[in-house]
Amino acid sequence: MEVNIDLAKCTGCGACVPACPFGLLEVVDDKVQLKEGCTLCGACVDACAFEALSLPAVMETGAAADDSRGVWVFAEQRRGVLKNVAYELLSRGRELADTLGTGLSAVCLGHEVRDVASLIAYGADKVYLVDSPDLADNQEDFLTHKMVAMVRELKPEIVIAGATALGRSFIPRVAAILNTGLTADCTGLDIDTGKRLLLQTRPTFGGNIMATIICPNKRPQMATVRPRVFKKAAPDAGRRGEIVKLDFRKEGVIARVKLLDSVDEVTETVKLEDADIIVSGGRGLGKAENFKLLAELADVLGAALGSSRAAVDEGWIPYSHQVGQTGKTVCPRLYIACGISGAIQHLAGMQTSDIIVAINDDPNAPIFQVATYGIVGDLFKVVPRLIEKLKNG
Amino acid sequence: MNIVVCLKQVPGTTEVKIDPQTNTLIRQGIENIINPFDTYAIEEGVRLREKHGGKVTVITMGPPQAEAALREAVSLGADAAVLLSDRAFAGADTWATAYTLSRAVAKLQPCDLIICGRQTIDGDTGQVGPEMAEMLQLPFIAYVSRIEEIADGKLRVRRMVEEGHEVMETTLPAVITVSKEINVPRLPSLRGIMKSKSAAIPVWGVRELEVDEKMVGLAGSSTQVIKVFFPQRVHQAEMLEGDLDTRVDTLIDRLRSARVC
Repeated sequence: MEVNIDLAKCTGCGACVPACPFGLLEVVDDKVQLKEGCTLCGACVDACAFEALSLPAVMETGAAADDSRGVWVFAEQRRGVLKNVAYELLSRGRELADTLGTGLSAVCLGHEVRDVASLIAYGADKVYLVDSPDLADNQEDFLTHKMVAMVRELKPEIVIAGATALGRSFIPRVAAILNTGLTADCTGLDIDTGKRLLLQTRPTFGGNIMATIICPNKRPQMATVRPRVFKKAAPDAGRRGEIVKLDFRKEGVIARVKLLDSVDEVTETVKLEDADIIVSGGRGLGKAENFKLLAELADVLGAALGSSRAAVDEGWIPYSHQVGQTGKTVCPRLYIACGISGAIQHLAGMQTSDIIVAINDDPNAPIFQVATYGIVGDLFKVVPRLIEKLKNG
Repeated sequence: MNIVVCLKQVPGTTEVKIDPQTNTLIRQGIENIINPFDTYAIEEGVRLREKHGGKVTVITMGPPQAEAALREAVSLGADAAVLLSDRAFAGADTWATAYTLSRAVAKLQPCDLIICGRQTIDGDTGQVGPEMAEMLQLPFIAYVSRIEEIADGKLRVRRMVEEGHEVMETTLPAVITVSKEINVPRLPSLRGIMKSKSAAIPVWGVRELEVDEKMVGLAGSSTQVIKVFFPQRVHQAEMLEGDLDTRVDTLIDRLRSARVC
């Protein structure tokens, strides 16, 4: 299937040609023509002023949106400690639930998870707590099975989870079984109140294009969101909520994947995703040893050390430090980019930082387009001077 | 060992820039390529076959021109290729894509291991692998950075998580997605290039896969894209001027007044 072209309405103006992200449209003899490979993204439809382009009608898939109600947030834990992303999603989830006039629930699966009541302080009306030694290691076959069973029984209309290694691995399996839509790595979640739809906005093409996606006919509407995309609201210790304990029985669930060992590799003292300040280096550093200079700056500022993909690919710093599309998304109060040109994939992972400082010798580096403050210059002169002045002042 | 590698042909967009005048993608000279993450999947499949024997079959769902990506995979060492192409497959979201691929894998039985790249560079979802695994009711491990051992019908791997890595074991057959840390893909061999030119690549559509048209393509997709737009960058950086000392002093001033240092 492809976009419909009404040649009678087409004026051959060509406005749609640059709108196609895939370059599939061309004007031949004053009429638009479509090459093969249309993905029905709809970008050209909006670009046409003459309504000559339209998307084919979507067939009704049967399982219509039903009376499902409520917003759920998957509250991920590791070794009994809740992850920050759970609080971030609850903060946004609270706003979504209020807009819909419905309840917000946190779903926590684990064993002896600490401080479960904090989920209420961050906005949950209800916490579904499933506690079992079998869930301590986040065994994904168990998580998948239990989430599916809970969704089928309790019928939420929206399920949001962190786009973490775990969330990106097992949430798609839940969506596959439920035969519902799932949108990955959303950076924006809003509500169409009239249709009670979750508007899911996400970057594609490495952040070059944004797409808003809906799941009109199936429930729940499911989305993953990267850590640090939404801000954590201030907790309210006085909020009232209910903790509902649910059983887990592993009988009848085939657990085929076994965790044999779990090794932490993050070398820095401050975790990248949780850092208030990040000092980050890229190809401009030239060699691995020069990360020592950045480590020194990070030390003075109490910052974590980040990097671009280029520096990781060169083998100068481990992957766990990589910021960007295929690394981590961060949102610190201060991000200092040294010798990073600012490929769009890198920007996608850090551009929501509160203050961005860019130090680069190329005045045309794209990093300056997202920077709050820019210094064009040699980082090997600027950074040592910065360290010196910070130490002395 | 029978291995299936799933790949996708994508526009080679890493060099894409936005035209600031028209706010559109500059697409000149962009060719279609094998999704870079899938090249690691192909390489790992070929290495496993070299070690354990068997066969590597590459599959892709896409328009007819996606056949070029399959031929390239053959030049890189794959033994066989199947193109899943049908007008009914167009407009598929991750669920419908995973469903179509899962039907193809089912048709390619027996199969011990299915390898996918961790995500594509155009869609960036990383969802097709796990969704397909579930539809095949096979065990699944994401972000594999090393295959440690395959023996006695079991697979032991290392996979990447935020905090470091985990060692996981599963029974075969299984589905894995691999990260770029797993290997360094080889270049095509001369023999491979010759082979790729003559390789017969069957095309399977709705009829060959015996799938219901309502389950594939746009019709089988629960999600719909309702709007596509370019991110706005209206932002203006304050460029700090003056000699080195002045610039550094101004920066520290700005940061101190914002109370970030």
